Amino acid sequence: MKLRKLLLAATLVAAGSSVMVTGTAFAQAKEQFIPVLSYRTGPYAPNGVPWANGYVDYLKLTNARGGINGVKLSFEECETGYDTARSVECYERLKGKGASFVQPLSTGATFAITEKAPVDKIPVVTVGYGRSESADGTVFKWNFPIAGTYWVAADAILQAIALKEGGFDKLKGKKFALVYHDSPFGKEPIPLLQERAAMHGFNLQLLPVTAPGVEQKATWLQVRQSRPDYVVLWGWGIMNSTAIKEAQATGYPREKMYGVWWAGAEPDVKDVAEGAKGYNAVTMQHGAEPDSRLVKDVLAMVHGKGQGTGPKEELGQVLYMRGAMSAMLGVEGIRAAQERFGKGKVMTGEQVRWGLENLNLTQTKLDGLGFAGVMRPISTSCVDHMGSSWARIHTWDGKAWKFTSGWLQGDEQIIKPLVKATAAKYAADKKLTPRTSADCQS
Amino acid sequence: MFYRENGQFKTSYQADQQIFPIVQDRVAVGLLLMLAFLVVPALASDYWFTNILIPFLVFSLAAVGVNILVGYCGQISLGSGAFMAVGAYAAYNFSVRIEGMPLLLSLVGGGVCAMLFGILFGLPSLRVKGLYLAVATLAAQFFADWMFLRIQWFTNNSPSGSVSVSNLQVFGFAIESPISKYLFCLSVLAVIALLAKNLVRGAVGREWMAIRDMDVAAAVIGIRPMYAKLTAFAVSSFIVGIAGALWAFIYLGAWEPAAFSVDQSFRLLFMVIIGGMGSILGSFFGAAFIVLLPIFLSQFLPAVTRLVGIEISTAGVSHAELMIFGGLIVWFLIVEPHGLAKLWSVAKQKLRLWPFPH
Repeated sequence: MKLRKLLLAATLVAAGSSVMVTGTAFAQAKEQFIPVLSYRTGPYAPNGVPWANGYVDYLKLTNARGGINGVKLSFEECETGYDTARSVECYERLKGKGASFVQPLSTGATFAITEKAPVDKIPVVTVGYGRSESADGTVFKWNFPIAGTYWVAADAILQAIALKEGGFDKLKGKKFALVYHDSPFGKEPIPLLQERAAMHGFNLQLLPVTAPGVEQKATWLQVRQSRPDYVVLWGWGIMNSTAIKEAQATGYPREKMYGVWWAGAEPDVKDVAEGAKGYNAVTMQHGAEPDSRLVKDVLAMVHGKGQGTGPKEELGQVLYMRGAMSAMLGVEGIRAAQERFGKGKVMTGEQVRWGLENLNLTQTKLDGLGFAGVMRPISTSCVDHMGSSWARIHTWDGKAWKFTSGWLQGDEQIIKPLVKATAAKYAADKKLTPRTSADCQS
Repeated sequence: MFYRENGQFKTSYQADQQIFPIVQDRVAVGLLLMLAFLVVPALASDYWFTNILIPFLVFSLAAVGVNILVGYCGQISLGSGAFMAVGAYAAYNFSVRIEGMPLLLSLVGGGVCAMLFGILFGLPSLRVKGLYLAVATLAAQFFADWMFLRIQWFTNNSPSGSVSVSNLQVFGFAIESPISKYLFCLSVLAVIALLAKNLVRGAVGREWMAIRDMDVAAAVIGIRPMYAKLTAFAVSSFIVGIAGALWAFIYLGAWEPAAFSVDQSFRLLFMVIIGGMGSILGSFFGAAFIVLLPIFLSQFLPAVTRLVGIEISTAGVSHAELMIFGGLIVWFLIVEPHGLAKLWSVAKQKLRLWPFPH
C-alpha cells in the first residue's frame, strides 16, 4: 500500500517536473542547424522511413565531405507521425535552435507552417510536394517547392498518357478516374486535371479515399462500374499497396494505372510484387538509383564508418533518393547563401532564403555532388521558386522500377496561369502585396 | 492544519453559497490566476507558449465542455471532435465572409453554430442511452468529416480543402506574438471555466447530475429529461466549439478536417475519464496528462538514454513514448478509477488533518 502511494506520488512529481525539463535543452553551437521533421511511425511509416534515412544520410555525408565550406551541419530529428498538430509542435520546438530551413514533409503541415514561416523568417522547402501555387515567389516569399509540384506531376502523367494514345486530341471522350487520398495532399492535382479535362474534352471522375486508405472496396467498386480508361492514383503510404491489391482483385489492368511520385516507390509495390507488374508512376526526375555516385559515396563515407542511418540494402531506393535530393537542395541553398554573405559562416534563415532563391545547380555542380544522371540542372529565381518542371515515368516490372518514358516537362502554358491565379487569390485573401522587382534584387 | 475551515462562520446565505466557501480556496485560486496572468508570461519562452501552454489551455477548455456532457450529465459522447470542427469552420466562415468581423464575435459565432449542431445530434439522447448513445454521437463525427471535406462552400472554395486565418486582433491588439496568444486563450478559458463552474453548481447543473445518477428518478421528481439533456448538449458543444475555433485560429493557423478527426474525440473523452468525470478541475488535470505527457516523453526519453550512454533512434523514442503513455493510462485507471481529480480531493482531506492524522 505504501509503495503504491509512493509510486503514485513519484509519477505525479515526474509529470510536474516534465514541465521543468521540457524546452530547456537548447543547443548553442557554431554549426548550421537543420531541423528534420520525419515520420518513422504510423500508417505512413513504410514510406517515411526511407525518406528520412536518405535525408539524414545526406546531411552526414555533407559533414563527412567537410561541411559547407568548413561549416558543419547539425540536425535533430523530430517524429511527426504525419500529424499536422505534431508537425507544428516539432517546427516550433526546433526553430528555436536557429533553423536554416524546414521541410515539413506533409501537405497539411506545409499549409500550417506557410503561415508561420514569414514571421519566423525560416524558408519552407517542399521538394516536389506542398502547395503548388507557392511556385510563385512574388507572393510566397518563403516557400520553395523546388523541382516540381503536384501540378507538374499531374501534367506529366497526362502527357505520358497522351503520348501513349498518340496525342492530346486522342484523349477526347476518354474516362479518367482520380483515386485520391482525401486530404489537402490528394486534392492538390484536381485544379490542373480539371483544367486539362476541359481543354481536351476528357471525362474526370473523382474518387476520394478516406485516410489512411486501408479500406477501398467501395472506391474500386465504382472503378469496376465506370471502367475508366485510366486511373490516376494519388495515394500515400499504406493506401498505395491497398489500391494496387484492389485493382488486382477488381481485374483492373495495372498498366492503365499511374501513380503520383509518393505512390511510386518500393514499399508501395513490393508486397504485391508480380501483381503490381506494369503499374506506372511519375517520378520527379529521379527513380531508384542504386548505381549513382551518391550512393557509393554514402556507402564509403557514411556507412563505411558505421554512421549509416538505415539498412544498406535500401540505399538508392526511390524514396531514399528523394530524401537525399531534398537534403541536397537545402544544403546547396545554404552554400549559395554563403557565396554571397561570407564563406565559412553560419547562415541565418533570411540568408538561406536568398540562397534558395538564387540557386543555380549546373550539371558540373550536380556531377560533383554525385547526382550525375539522377537529376537535371535547376535554377531558381525570385519569380520562379520551382526551378525545374521535369519529370519521368517509371514502371514496376515485378522486381524493380524501370524508366519507361523520356523526359517530360510540365506545360508552362497551363501551369503558369494556374499558379498565377491561385497565388493572386491567396494574396488577396491575406491582403498581401506581391513583391516588387526591387524587393527581388535584395 | 493550514487547510481547515474551522472558525469560518457563514452569517448569510450568500456567503454560504459562494463559489469557493473556504478562505484558503479563494486565496489559492487568486494566487493561481495571478501566477497564470502575471508570473508565467514573465518567465515562459516562446516555445513554451506556443507548444505547451496554448495547447494545454485550449484542450482544458474543450475538456471542460466534454466534462459537462459526459461527466455531469452522463451522456457519453464521441462527437466532440465534430463539435470542435463546426466551431472552427463556422468561426472561419464568419471571419472570412463578413468584412471586419471582430475575432471575439466570430469565436462566439462558431460556438453558437457548434451549439446548434450539438443540439441536433443530441436529439438521439432522448431515446438511446449509454454506449448506444456513444455510437449515435459518432455519427456527428463522421457527418462533420464528410461535410467539411465535401461541401466546398464551408472551406471558401479552397481547392485543397485547407483553410487559414491570419491578422488576428482583439480590440485593436494584434494576436500575433506567442504571449498575446497565450493571454487571449487564458482569458477565454478563465471566463468560460468560471461560468461552467457556476453553471454546474446551479439548478441546471443539479438537473444534469440527477439525470446522470438515475434518469427515471429524476423524471419522477419533476426534472424534464429532454430539457436537461439538450441543455447539457448545448452548453457542452458551445464550449467545445469555442475550443475548436481557438485550436484552429490560435494554434494551427491553417487546418484541414483531419485536424478534428475521430482521434480528437477519443482524446477528449480520455481526458475527461483520466482527469475525473464530473469535475471541472479534473478537466485541467486530464488535459495536462494527455497533451503534455507525450511532448515530455519525446524530449525526456532521449535525454535519459543519453545519460546511460545509449543513442535511441527517433522511431524508438516514438514507440517507447506510445508504450509508456498507454501503460500510464492503464495504471492510473487501476489505482485511481475516479481520475486525477479524486487524488486532489483525497489530498484535500488529508491536508485538513495534517499533521495530526487519526
